[in-house]
Amino acid sequence: MEIFGIPSQALFGQLLIGLINGSFYALLSLGLAVIFGLLNIINFTHGAQYMMGAFVAYLSLQWLGLNYWLALIAAPVVVGATGVLVERTMLVRLYKLDHLYGLLLTFGLALILQGLFRNAYGASGMPYAVPEVFQGAVDLGFMFLPKYRAWVIVASMLICVSTWFVIERTKLGAYLRAATENPSMVQAFGINVPRMITLTYGFGVGLAALAGVMAAPIYQVSPMMGADIIIVVFAVVVIGGMGSIMGSIVSGFGLGLIEGLTKVVYPEASNTVIFVIMAIVLLMKPAGLFGTEK
Amino acid sequence: MKFSFNTVLACMLTAMGLNAHAQISDGIVKIGVLNDMSGLYADITGPGSVVAAKMAVEDYLKSSKSSLKVEIVSADHQNKADIGSNIARQWYDTDKVDMIIDVPTSSVALAISQVSREKGKIHINTGAATADLTGKACSPNTVHWLYDTWMLANGTGKAVVQHGGNTWFFLTADYAFGQALERDTEAVILKNGGKVLGKVRHPLATQDFSSFLLQAQASKAKVIGLANAGGDTTNSIKQAYEFGIVKGGQTLAGLLVFLTDIHSLGLEKAQGLYLTETFYWDLNDQTRAWSKRFAALNNGKYPSMDQAGVYAGILHYLKAVDAAKTDDGTKVTQKMKDLPTDDVLFGKGTIRKDGRKLHPAYLFEVKKPSESKGPYDYYKLLATIPADQAFRPLNEGDCPLVKN
Amino acid sequence: MSNPVFDSQDLRHQWMALGLMLVFFVVAPYFVYPVFLMKVMCFALFACAFNLLLGFGGLLSFGHAMFFGTSGYAAAHAAKVWGLTPELSVLFATLCATALAGVVGLLAIRRQGIYFAMITLALSQMVFFVYLQTPFTGGEDGIQGVPHGQLFGLIDLNNEMAMYSFVLGIFLSGFAMVWRIVHSPFGQVLKAIRENEQRALSLGYDTDKFKLMAFVLSGTVAGMAGGTKALVFQLASLTDVHWTMSGEVVLMTLVGGLGTLFGPVVGAAVIVTMQNYLAQLGSWVTVVQGVVFVVCVMLFRKGVVGEIANLIKKPL
Repeated sequence: MEIFGIPSQALFGQLLIGLINGSFYALLSLGLAVIFGLLNIINFTHGAQYMMGAFVAYLSLQWLGLNYWLALIAAPVVVGATGVLVERTMLVRLYKLDHLYGLLLTFGLALILQGLFRNAYGASGMPYAVPEVFQGAVDLGFMFLPKYRAWVIVASMLICVSTWFVIERTKLGAYLRAATENPSMVQAFGINVPRMITLTYGFGVGLAALAGVMAAPIYQVSPMMGADIIIVVFAVVVIGGMGSIMGSIVSGFGLGLIEGLTKVVYPEASNTVIFVIMAIVLLMKPAGLFGTEK
Repeated sequence: MKFSFNTVLACMLTAMGLNAHAQISDGIVKIGVLNDMSGLYADITGPGSVVAAKMAVEDYLKSSKSSLKVEIVSADHQNKADIGSNIARQWYDTDKVDMIIDVPTSSVALAISQVSREKGKIHINTGAATADLTGKACSPNTVHWLYDTWMLANGTGKAVVQHGGNTWFFLTADYAFGQALERDTEAVILKNGGKVLGKVRHPLATQDFSSFLLQAQASKAKVIGLANAGGDTTNSIKQAYEFGIVKGGQTLAGLLVFLTDIHSLGLEKAQGLYLTETFYWDLNDQTRAWSKRFAALNNGKYPSMDQAGVYAGILHYLKAVDAAKTDDGTKVTQKMKDLPTDDVLFGKGTIRKDGRKLHPAYLFEVKKPSESKGPYDYYKLLATIPADQAFRPLNEGDCPLVKN
Repeated sequence: MSNPVFDSQDLRHQWMALGLMLVFFVVAPYFVYPVFLMKVMCFALFACAFNLLLGFGGLLSFGHAMFFGTSGYAAAHAAKVWGLTPELSVLFATLCATALAGVVGLLAIRRQGIYFAMITLALSQMVFFVYLQTPFTGGEDGIQGVPHGQLFGLIDLNNEMAMYSFVLGIFLSGFAMVWRIVHSPFGQVLKAIRENEQRALSLGYDTDKFKLMAFVLSGTVAGMAGGTKALVFQLASLTDVHWTMSGEVVLMTLVGGLGTLFGPVVGAAVIVTMQNYLAQLGSWVTVVQGVVFVVCVMLFRKGVVGEIANLIKKPL
């Protein structure tokens, strides 16, 4: 059976792949959206923090024998802690300034991190084994789906939805959102706003690191893995709406699907299609599909 | 008067520097090792090439008792033609470098070949693939030592087809190198009675090959040809493994793979891969002995074929310099072509009019984990392609130097 | 991105600085490798163009590499394939950059602040991928072997001093253009828009038109720089259109001093020197650049020339 001249087998296979990519886009743009939405910082370091998450997984396996599951916890904590450090020492001084300085700072930090890891580990990338539980593939009829990738889709959806839930539907989330709208008022209510901001940044960074651990078995653990993906993730965030949690989740998965489709129909354009969409969205609704103009 | 250590050191260094300047060009033969020191080719070339270069200079001076003074400098071109050509230009103009060796990445190699020709120096390329270096871009100042796209296509491609892999699907890096490799390999496949069932081009430095591999799987081609290199190749292989491609009966043909790529992939993922190289440390006693010496100087890492090429290339270059009694680039290149080559790594060979060095090529298959006795014991030798068949015939290259 | 207000009528120090810069570039090639100096001049001009938009106009473009790279390819193609003389090649290249700036500007100006930066980034990525695919750019190889050519059909630019003079001439013209723009009424309005766009609007200025004009001018000067650079190095490559090049020009301007005339020149000199000097150390260049970025943003926001200007309380 053919749909649009493409055998349905191939089509569904590609869409499923696209969904997997979309999972990473969603996870990463979620972190970025949380940080931008609540802190007004464009965290260019996000790619490098994603890369560090993968490296924590790799190194903790090499040096400490920690397996994948422990790394899933260790990496966000470790990298999140570095994020907290960055926020407390540097970002906090930039809040009063034009938020483009935040972008420049995080850009510089990304360069430093990438350069350091590249010096230490080169750029070829290192292997990281798929955890035993998920080795092997499931025969879906139209393709073999590696079990691990299925896990990635499920896990990232869970994480995305729970994050959305916490921010939009719980009291903690409400405090966070209020703190961005009107920090002094919220502080007047006795809530430690600076600490919340720090923890939020740490959380966003932790999300990036978590994505990194999940990516490690699929892509090579390489110092360049962040740089390659960060620009695309920016596009996803802009399309979804820079402060919108739901927006980044939906556009993350959605754009993954679109990219997958493009790979079948016109593979050379698969890199560009997301930017074309971004440019169109910016021109028609700059706040993004789900965002509100600030 | 008391001098601090720093002052003394500074004086010494200045004196050395001044000394070097006073003996420019005829007193010192300066060799520049230009390659990727930190990027995707750093393991294949990188600091290891500098180690190989130093070994070559030492060995040559010892065995020939030559009175030449030789210096080695090195730099990182980061796989960019603009950076590479800037370094080359500066080296030739102000640092009195006489010869540049290594230079992986075809686009950089073409640029260096051009600059070397302009300045009348010499470029010995061991790192890049493009057969154009001895084809339409050939030069009287360039020697292409190690391998090229034609050899890769006719090595791996032909052998795989003859071993029964007669239907192919290409996974190609969408830039000049990948396209050339795909084109050359396709020609070989068709000539040997095989068929190409499909091709897909992927952007350079793609992270995720799953969709391309799915297409390859769906085509049911017996062989999936990887016309890419470095991280793209290792990623394709890794993900092919994940999708059970090899288990499902299809074979992967790595059209450009190095020992160091296999090392980073691990045998579990790379087993069964076909590839062609012109050097392997475990070929014979001499290569084994040399490689152990090299590894001791290179943090235990075994040599890639490129690093072996740097060693052999410098040996022959110095021999030619001594024989020609000059370090003028054009004259030495001619001398290198006049003298036959002979070294412990590549055996006996020659350099043709178009700059192409000839030596045998080897078709390997990557061992299964159970077949390997230790790190770097990765290859099974399937076939040896003799030197006169391994490379493109002299008259097929469109090289202006040949058409007189 | 606003700057403190100086006594902007007192231009003596700017003239002095101009004199110093002129003397430096005339004398330096006898002491320093001329090719290196030509590189500095090309990047200095690029940074001046960028600074015009950001430092004076308050618009951060994260995609300026698209102009630099486009003109590079245009000049390389014109010189190599069409055989145009160098001054015509650079002219053609500049016009290409201007055209692109017009189109991109029309699209980008409609949004402000971070959205503006993101649009320029997106469009520059698209330009990058277009060039990656089109055959004339040579993809990863780039356009190599671009001839130096004969200036006006008379002067052979293979002569290093002739080439240097040519580049110096272009650099000075570009710099003069920027100087003129900054000191003109147009430049004043631009600064006003940067400080407070609403107020400028309420005073009756069509701010969008001014911003577009600034964008196009900035792209044009960047085009001059890119086209010249391709001729100097006889190579046009993807590096010049990659987003990291956009990042580098931001760095140069930041280090030198946003919103100063001479800042970008100093910044370019610093960064190019650093890259040259550290080239041996491979990835350390990235690390050092990152450190410089961080230090500049945290502690040294005015940049070298900005700090000097602040000390003497005069514009530079």
